[in-house]
Amino acid sequence: MWTGIILPLRQELMVTGILFLLLFIKVGATDFSTGTILNLVNVLLLANLLLGFFPAGRTVLFDGMFHTDKLIALEKNILNLGTLLVSLQAYDWLKGQRNTLEFYMLLLATLIGFFFMISAGNLLIFYLGLELSTIPLTALSGFDLEKRRSSEAAMKFIISSAFSSALLLFGISLLYGATGSLGFDTISRHLDGSAFQLFAFILILSGFAFKVSLVPFHLWTADVYEGSPVPVTAYLSVVSKGAVFFVFVQVLYTVFRPLTGDWRRMLILLSVLTMLIGNLFALRQHSLKRLLAFSSITQSGFILAGITGSSHAGGTSVIYFILIYIFSNLGAFGVVALISAQTGKESIDDYKGLYAANPLLSWVMAISLFSLAGIPPTAGFFGKFFLLMAGAGKGNYVFIGIAAANMVISLYYYLRVIKAIFMDTQPQPIGRLTISLLPNIAFGVCILGILVTGLLGWVYDYIYSLSIGG
Amino acid sequence: MNLSLLVIVPLITTVLLLFVRGQSGVRRIALAGVSIQLVLAFALLGLYWQERGVGGTAAGNASAFLFEYRHAWFSALHIDYHVGVDGISVAMILLTAFVMVGAVLVSWTIKSMTKEFFVLLLLLSAGAYGFFISLDLFTLFFFLEVSVIPKFLLIGIWGSGRKEYAAMKLALMLMAGSAMVFIGLLGLYYNTGVAGGYVAGAAGGPHTFDWPAIAQMQVPVKAQLLFFPFLFIGFGIFTALFPFHTWVPDGHSSAPTAASMFLAGISMKLGGYGCLRVAVSLMPAAAREYSPFIVGLATIAIIYGAFATMMQKDLKYINAYSSVSHCGFILLGIGMLTRTAVNGAVMQMISHGLMTALFFAAIGMIYDRTHTRLVERLGGLLKIMPFISSIFVIAGLCSLGLPGLSGFAAEITVFMGSWQHPGGMYHLATILACASIVVTAVYILRATGQTIMGPVKDAEYNGLTDATWNERLAGILLVAGIIAIGVAPFWLNELINK
Repeated sequence: MWTGIILPLRQELMVTGILFLLLFIKVGATDFSTGTILNLVNVLLLANLLLGFFPAGRTVLFDGMFHTDKLIALEKNILNLGTLLVSLQAYDWLKGQRNTLEFYMLLLATLIGFFFMISAGNLLIFYLGLELSTIPLTALSGFDLEKRRSSEAAMKFIISSAFSSALLLFGISLLYGATGSLGFDTISRHLDGSAFQLFAFILILSGFAFKVSLVPFHLWTADVYEGSPVPVTAYLSVVSKGAVFFVFVQVLYTVFRPLTGDWRRMLILLSVLTMLIGNLFALRQHSLKRLLAFSSITQSGFILAGITGSSHAGGTSVIYFILIYIFSNLGAFGVVALISAQTGKESIDDYKGLYAANPLLSWVMAISLFSLAGIPPTAGFFGKFFLLMAGAGKGNYVFIGIAAANMVISLYYYLRVIKAIFMDTQPQPIGRLTISLLPNIAFGVCILGILVTGLLGWVYDYIYSLSIGG
Repeated sequence: MNLSLLVIVPLITTVLLLFVRGQSGVRRIALAGVSIQLVLAFALLGLYWQERGVGGTAAGNASAFLFEYRHAWFSALHIDYHVGVDGISVAMILLTAFVMVGAVLVSWTIKSMTKEFFVLLLLLSAGAYGFFISLDLFTLFFFLEVSVIPKFLLIGIWGSGRKEYAAMKLALMLMAGSAMVFIGLLGLYYNTGVAGGYVAGAAGGPHTFDWPAIAQMQVPVKAQLLFFPFLFIGFGIFTALFPFHTWVPDGHSSAPTAASMFLAGISMKLGGYGCLRVAVSLMPAAAREYSPFIVGLATIAIIYGAFATMMQKDLKYINAYSSVSHCGFILLGIGMLTRTAVNGAVMQMISHGLMTALFFAAIGMIYDRTHTRLVERLGGLLKIMPFISSIFVIAGLCSLGLPGLSGFAAEITVFMGSWQHPGGMYHLATILACASIVVTAVYILRATGQTIMGPVKDAEYNGLTDATWNERLAGILLVAGIIAIGVAPFWLNELINK
């Protein structure tokens, strides 16, 4: 009985355990140095990651409210990996903070939320998980208590999240009215594509679109990304987005399968808009954080292109891409976080001549950006290739052509950063920075991931073998 | 022979370079690396001849590709790492090895960031080798893109003039080319293994990127007509297809010498090889259909390139624009679709690769000494630096098609093959292309005459030295290649056809 619950819930239980441990430390008011806590949390997260690989098959718990299988366990592992990397990279920033424990409590609360959201078999659990993650996230984005921009970001974030949650809830309630159920299986059996159901679907889609910042629901993204502390921005752009996309893919391919033709057309439209607008805004940015914000909007557009493919190839390519995206984006954000924490500089102009004193950081940045741009031999190339390949599988070559053109446009602004780092000079470039052990490990993992995930074909094959068939 | 060695050796060299300290160590490792590449390339040539049974009594191996190796890469998508060579690839690999040794030798005096320079250069060569040995279109595309970004860095960091602009333009245009190739490849992929023609998203047999497999199955004509332009223009951008040639002059003239040599010598050939191997070979019906357009664009490139060269004052620009013109011959030969013309196109690829690399090397050596590339400010160099002047003249003469040098052999083959293609328009194109040789002679002889002959323009030039040992070695190597093809073109012709 107990193994039947503990085993499928092992990742959730572990994170909850860490959370409570931190709470006890806080309440017990034992004086631990910040460094000790950081090391402790990171080790526990690593343990959780290893635990996630413990084999467990398909399980459905609590009357279909919670379901898990190997693919979902893998998705949770990917999120856990992302969280671990963010936490490693936040080392420099957190050492200067007094509220390290609170940071981790909030962070882990969002992670539990994501875990339940991914495992949801019922729209209620799904919504619960989503809110459990969103509310701590807004607190996190306002975590730089002394900075006004950070509070502003939190305010913007909470308003837009509330708005999107409202849309989502409205859609869910309409769907309940239309189908008489909140369970995923039942809903999908009752969908017939009537106008009412489509309306409900569009509301739900808009809610999702807010969370993953698709155009025209992206307006909060750049400001929130810019105002939040860099580790939180990294977390938002990678783990939060990844989690929502995991659910998005599941929901589209299983619950809304009867409406496939409809949502495919909508997604193509959203994808084209997202890629174009994201790119056009990214072209004009001077702040590296804003540039990465718009680039992450563009990447969402590419992910949508993959979703429009057949469920097997499309689903695989999306999960594969998000794994790669975690490595690439966290590589880039890691460098930004480190430089921002030590020098406070965040604009592209500040990066001019970075290579002279910091060759290692420069290469990490360059390789990450190449991966984001989709240049081989980095993994980003494979990720993008398979996303668009999945999209082309349905014969939408015009759409894929637009996507390919957007890849070329996006290359321009990534290369602008590379140019600043390697080719430009300025009178007072950033001096030599020290990289502590933990961020160094994070960079190592990111670069290794970028170089290896693509070239090793079995990563893709493994996800493919687990992916939703049909 | 294990073909993957051609990719692995440059990669191992780059890894070694990362651990070496000191400029001289870096140089030596790089030179050793490219020398091994050259040895490998010759070994490949020898083994290839042997396997084909040339000169022996035994009948040779007649399969389309030799030394094939296949390893499942993304088995879920039926993507394999699949390599193998035929005569054309062997020739291109030899060319790459020659140019790479030359490029490393002329970069001997690179002072800033020596290690990074050679690492990027060797990465480029790995991409080129991988491209030429690929038999799977995914692998091929992978290697094609591998060789784009190092160029951006090479030009942007070590270049001269408007280097950032040129680097960005080159990277974006080549990426646009790659994007078009990408769409073409996807179109091809989804039209393989489909029974009964083009049905969007239809099932029926696994789709494949495998070249030999696609070559055997007829790709539906409708799909060919749709996707051929993507593939041809995409690869064409790499090989300066008019009107997408504008990256060539800027890129070549801003690049450091070694990168110019690679760009003009090998990188532009990637495009030609791709046009031939992927676009024309896999979509023959579409190639026939689009042949007039290809021939037309190629002729425009030849004429336009030749006349644009006449207007140039900078030696590197002269060679860059003349490359546009000469690469036009490659596309002309491919577009004519006759066997002889295609042979000529391949020979032109090899010949132009060697010749233009030699030319850029000579220009680089002159620039290193005089610090100018402007024709009007140079003069009388023959007295001061006889060796450099000699290779400069040889490259020039090869460019204008002097018999006995490779340019003549290649161009005459292209013209003969082109003339075989019936039809007034094709004949006209051939005649126009032939006529452009005269223009070539004008600009080459003028540039050579003004820089090499005549009085010394600047008294300071009198104190300059001739080529150093490494520059001599690079020059001799490339000249040897040019003469070997010029004097005995039949071995190359036989290699291409075997």
